[in-house]
Amino acid sequence: MTALLDILLSATFWAAAVRIASPLIFATMGELICERAGVLNLGIEGIMVIGAFSGWITVWAGAGLWEGVAVAMLAGMLFGLLHAVLVVPFGLSQHVVGLGVTLLATSTSYFAYRLMLPQVTSPPKIEPFAVWEVPVLSDIPLIGPALFAQTPLTYAAFAVAALVALVLWRTPLGLAIRAAGENPSAVDAQGLSVTGLRIGAVVVGSGLMAVGGAFLTLSAFSSFFFEMVNGRGWICIALVVFGAWRPGKAVLGALLFAAFDALQVRLQQTPLGQVVPYQLFLMAPYVLSIAALVLMSRRASVPAALMQPFNRGER
Amino acid sequence: MRLEPIANPSVLRRLGLPASALLATIAVASGLAAVAGADPLATLGLIVKGAAGSRFAALETLNRATPLIFTGLAVAVAFRARLWNIGAEAQLYAGAIMAVLLGTGALPGAVALPAMALAAMVAGALVLLGPVLLKTRFGVDEVVTTLLFNFIMLLFVSYLLEGPLKDPMGMGWPKSAALAKEARLPRIVDGLRLHWGFGLALIAALTVWVIERRTAFGYEMRAVGLNPRAARFAGVPVNAVLVKTALLSGGLAALAGFSEVAGLKGHLTLDLSPGFGYTGIVVAMLALLNPLAVVPAALFVAGVFVGADSMSRAAGVPTYIADMLLASSLLFMVLAILLVRFRVVRG
Repeated sequence: MTALLDILLSATFWAAAVRIASPLIFATMGELICERAGVLNLGIEGIMVIGAFSGWITVWAGAGLWEGVAVAMLAGMLFGLLHAVLVVPFGLSQHVVGLGVTLLATSTSYFAYRLMLPQVTSPPKIEPFAVWEVPVLSDIPLIGPALFAQTPLTYAAFAVAALVALVLWRTPLGLAIRAAGENPSAVDAQGLSVTGLRIGAVVVGSGLMAVGGAFLTLSAFSSFFFEMVNGRGWICIALVVFGAWRPGKAVLGALLFAAFDALQVRLQQTPLGQVVPYQLFLMAPYVLSIAALVLMSRRASVPAALMQPFNRGER
Repeated sequence: MRLEPIANPSVLRRLGLPASALLATIAVASGLAAVAGADPLATLGLIVKGAAGSRFAALETLNRATPLIFTGLAVAVAFRARLWNIGAEAQLYAGAIMAVLLGTGALPGAVALPAMALAAMVAGALVLLGPVLLKTRFGVDEVVTTLLFNFIMLLFVSYLLEGPLKDPMGMGWPKSAALAKEARLPRIVDGLRLHWGFGLALIAALTVWVIERRTAFGYEMRAVGLNPRAARFAGVPVNAVLVKTALLSGGLAALAGFSEVAGLKGHLTLDLSPGFGYTGIVVAMLALLNPLAVVPAALFVAGVFVGADSMSRAAGVPTYIADMLLASSLLFMVLAILLVRFRVVRG
């Protein structure tokens, strides 16, 4: 029990939780935008992989870190465009196409990796984003190191979440995007293009997912490994449901989830970790995601037209 | 643009569009080979030769196709009822665990294999039952839960292989003890490296086809997939059908694990399946969810994998080209099938 308290009262624990939450926040916001517009994007897992890879390889080739982020975002948008074109105007199964996009983006990353680094056994490291301490604020105990002594990408994650909330709920564009996911015929009657709105939302959302992937290589692990995304994309889909399709709640969900993840890593080092197999700790994030889905299922406010293709002139 | 249904698609459309999807995949393959600095035609030739160019190659392809037929069938029946089972990987491992549990014990020879297969199917069915009950009871989307179960199951297998199921003679490697001799699936022809798992897979495909096309349950399954609301209105017990479909689907996927352990490997390791569960989705879609077509689709997919492996050793094009080709063929094929029935018009 004291071990648990020690963990919960340590600044490094909360700093780790915020760090672990950052890529999830980017990707969850990306998925949230897609789903708000009415499109489920199961390409998320693969788009995070291509973001992690392309950002990393760009920096490794000599470009700056922010250029890496930009390249990752572009790569994600490209695969997002592929998903959007197939499921929006053509109305193909969002499940099947999404999984296809994940397979394609993942294998493209691995193929390119092997092509560019044919002989390496351990991937080269890059110089990642450095911690940027906010003056004064970072000296606050506990909260300071957690929130104000992070890398720039973490600050960007929270800024993006605020921006997504602002655009979706405070601008005409946001209203149109949400309407495309709730009542596309009404949007069409207004003279707006449902197809255009949905494609745009998926492309932008996919760009954010890829930045979430790039966080892993450019801000967390400094290197690219196979399987490094490890289901984070699927967890983000659960987080969107958990957050009831609201950016603020989704960010809270990501933080809560990340706190549990940081906790399980630390609990492995306590006496508890001596008796409980470590695999059980590693299962926690996935079990937790399923539990969150069950918990939230009753009061879910799914966008009414999620996964429903819109074909003009069809009733 | 807008999609307009075509009442009676011409034969040219029905055959030409899927054929163009195949051609487009070949074009992607050539492009990737060129990017990798290899001769496109030679690369394609090496893939074909590596998949079917010799008796050894062909047998290797048949062996690789065996688990894919099972997982392809598992996905095909589930998707037919619009049950999105993306967890065939977890169900496969559940089957493999049962095969090891019963196959390394002291079961008498004659009952060992049937007991293993049955236990595997039950375990696989139970693994999928969880997410499906969450769906029917609480409305929880099964896509995410089945996906997440794959990760949980892999960690569980890792725990078993380092704990209760660890091979005491394994020199510290995380692998299970070897199956008893009577618990191994025999080879179809003596001396040829092809085990009865393949035969079982063919029987499974035929059985699933009969269930789907010739039984009331199969009819209900298809009705639920076409329109759950209309099916419910017509008196089909939708949730019961979904649960039964899940049991069938999970059981089929588990047979892949049983067949890999009992037929090919003889023990369980953490890399038993290089994603057979996920690849089953590609197989099922290429087969247009038709159980009989799953067999050629699995052979095609297995051929791409085996051929790309062998080509990679000879031509140096990374073996991940196989996954890229399968993803492309999947996307091209679903688009082609749509365009058979719809034409794109402006406006």
